[in-house]
Amino acid sequence: MSTTETTESRSRGKAPAGERVADWADGRLGIYSLAKANMRKIFPDHWSFMLGEVCLYSFIIIILTGVYLTLFFHPSMNEVEYHGSYVPLQGTLMSEAFSSTLHISFDVRGGLLVRQIHHWAAIIFLAGMFVHMMRVFFTGAFRKPREINWLFGFLLFVLGMFTGFTGYSLPDDLLSGTGVRFTQGAILSVPIVGTYISMFLFGGEFPGVDFVARFYSIHILLLPGIMLGLVVGHLILVFYHKHTQFAGPGKTNNNVVGMPLLPVYMAKAGGFFFLVFGVIAALAGIASVNPIWAMGPYRPDHVSTGAQPDWYMGFAEGLVRAMPGWEINFWGHTLVLGVFVPLVLFGLFLGVIALYPFIESWVTGDKREHHLLDRPRNAPTRTAFGVAWVTGYMIMLIGGGNDIIATHFHLSINAVTWFVRIGFFAGPVLAFVITKRICLGLQRRDKDKVLHGRESGIIKRLPHGEFIEVHEPLSQDALHTLTAHEQYKPAEIGPTVDENGVERKVKGSEKLRAKLSKSYFGEEGQIPKPTVEEYKEITSGHGHH
Amino acid sequence: MSSQDIPEENLPAEQDAHVAVADEKDPFADPGLPPHEHRIQDIDERAAKRSERTVALLFTVSMLATIGFIASFVAIPHDKSIFVFPIGHINAMNFALGLTLGAALFCIGAGAVHWARTLMSDHEVADERHPIAAEPEVRAKVMADFKQGAKESALGRRKLIRNTMFGALALFPLSGVVLLRDLGPLPETKLRHTLWRKGALLVNMNTNEPLRPSDVAVGSLTFAKPEGLEEHDHDFQNEIAKAALMIVRIQPDDIKDKRELEWSHEGIVAYSKICTHVGCPISLYEQQTHHVLCPCHQSTFDLSDGARVIFGPAGHALPQLRIGVNDEGYLQALGDFEEPVGPAFWERG
Repeated sequence: MSTTETTESRSRGKAPAGERVADWADGRLGIYSLAKANMRKIFPDHWSFMLGEVCLYSFIIIILTGVYLTLFFHPSMNEVEYHGSYVPLQGTLMSEAFSSTLHISFDVRGGLLVRQIHHWAAIIFLAGMFVHMMRVFFTGAFRKPREINWLFGFLLFVLGMFTGFTGYSLPDDLLSGTGVRFTQGAILSVPIVGTYISMFLFGGEFPGVDFVARFYSIHILLLPGIMLGLVVGHLILVFYHKHTQFAGPGKTNNNVVGMPLLPVYMAKAGGFFFLVFGVIAALAGIASVNPIWAMGPYRPDHVSTGAQPDWYMGFAEGLVRAMPGWEINFWGHTLVLGVFVPLVLFGLFLGVIALYPFIESWVTGDKREHHLLDRPRNAPTRTAFGVAWVTGYMIMLIGGGNDIIATHFHLSINAVTWFVRIGFFAGPVLAFVITKRICLGLQRRDKDKVLHGRESGIIKRLPHGEFIEVHEPLSQDALHTLTAHEQYKPAEIGPTVDENGVERKVKGSEKLRAKLSKSYFGEEGQIPKPTVEEYKEITSGHGHH
Repeated sequence: MSSQDIPEENLPAEQDAHVAVADEKDPFADPGLPPHEHRIQDIDERAAKRSERTVALLFTVSMLATIGFIASFVAIPHDKSIFVFPIGHINAMNFALGLTLGAALFCIGAGAVHWARTLMSDHEVADERHPIAAEPEVRAKVMADFKQGAKESALGRRKLIRNTMFGALALFPLSGVVLLRDLGPLPETKLRHTLWRKGALLVNMNTNEPLRPSDVAVGSLTFAKPEGLEEHDHDFQNEIAKAALMIVRIQPDDIKDKRELEWSHEGIVAYSKICTHVGCPISLYEQQTHHVLCPCHQSTFDLSDGARVIFGPAGHALPQLRIGVNDEGYLQALGDFEEPVGPAFWERG
């Protein structure tokens, strides 16, 4: 709205309609003070910052399509004989859940599309969260003041897994029923209370007639309700903390450099929602996901080969497949370690990554706010730990598909399983060592660039016949960017004897921290960044190569 | 575990310590925000017009795609299938709806992003950050307020109130726990029994006919259920989940386990079909070695040796059903399984 128009309408004694609505709302909701802080809020630009947006938008898409699906889905395990338009299953006995899913897929126009958008969006939601978490982890964006938001995000990932699992179990098809059976078998392995939890969850023996209705209320109400709250909290904190940024000219720990929410990010982020939705819709149109009609209704005595959960459950599946079948019998009881250990490991493995921010801040002893992101190479131990974690996760993902790997690559299933068993321990260690070395190598490279300049590709012949490559000094922008990162010194235990000669007790935790701190920031842990003195000595000197 | 014992000098210097712009002494100093560089659209109105037309075109394509979506919904028969290379035969309506909806949404997004990137101002601006933690005065005020409130409540002084209140608050959730009691029955011995009993005929799963020894050939795998259990029964799923049986015939000389041989009939052995790992039905049989494999987690059992586990995550052998023939020559069970079928559990023993 241009100024002339505004003055004109003012002169007629009336503000424009939009302003009057805004005034009305402000008088009741106080929107102006909210808008003052947020309308022109600055967001920094980096491709990796859109990963979180992918998650948010796929979550919204899941809710929209999910509401549509509830209009047609019958969460009931009543047995019915199928008489719909999918001919191969005519006359088959199945639950109402399965037959209504067939109805959505074959008789509701567009129903199949919405189902597939829902499922694809769920797959992308979880994948998006995984990659978004990797971005946050490897750039150190979880540091103070964002530890709580890291936990919110972690909870969203875990709840997303279980929402996905309860969701794909609803159609009561042969594949998902097999997955539910697996879950029930895993629950039975829990010492003391396993059989009770199983009976209570399934309303009696497996499969019973209750679990679809129960999973339904968990899937559409309980878990998404909690997740919605967490998403809102997550976003409020993102706004409140202001977005992190990478170091660069003009970018400090005390500012945030970028473009304003209105209009640039309104258009970019708003537009990105449509891009994500568009891609998922097209994917749902061309790529079939979870074709339940090809699997048939669930029966506990039927199974198909190559049964696979959705990808985000593959890690748990791998743990269960790789674990040796240990069972201990004593005093009339059975400790089913073969299933219970994977169940515990599943929680522990995920839990470690949830607690990592607190572990790191304990090691560094750093209680300051961090708004500048680390380049992964500049935090070698953290990066190596993250890569080791992802390696363990990926090896278990392979383990979860050991039959598929075996049949596709003509390998022995036993060999694949043994590879996974050994790889789960050896892989992360190897990945840790290799990643740390790569990071240190990259740090050396940065140091070299800062001190000796960039390789120009120009070969010069010196008077005495020697060939050298001319190195160009970096711009001040580049020099600043490459040296902006912080480097900690390893923490030391300090003198154990005070000035009066009294011996101080050194706590075990202190020793552990000093050890960890040394491996993080000691000689093996980082390459000291170039100092101004070093730079001046080299640049002022002669014959720099 | 506080940070107090880490000396300050171990922490790196604040990053803003050398913010001084273009400091001769510090070549690594922050030179400040680089000057804004104009885009072609900022200086050439024709380029800006081109961008505007591109954005408008994208929005128009979106409108057309939405019309296409509605047309596909109305016009395409919902059971028509078409061949699309390289996907294969797919449902025509799903394909058309997906692509038109995808295009309609994608073009809105592409238009908005192109608009933002080429025509909206791309001046980078810096916003100040402020520390999250409150100023000391604010903190002091909050602490004082809290102490005042706590004092006025007299919670610390009147211990009787405090303790009974905690008691009441701790007890009332029990009502909620009790309410969950009827979610299901107690386990009791439900997992220990199946429909198999002495004299129950072995009924072929596929033909629904009772099996005779002559029906079971060497090298074949037969699935059976107890007589009297029909698909239409209301508890069919629960019962078959425990009673499902697999039957193979092995040359009696090849049976290595003594008890297995005793419980078989002329080399015909009957084992629970439910895997002892987490309960998948076992369905893959290797007739030369008499190994069966569970397709879910690849537990492998040797049916010629008491169905012991030879590979995979299962913890114990498959339970065997003792069988014989009745007077009319049909295969029958000689009792229920002697141990629980399916996955192990705490009370299994």
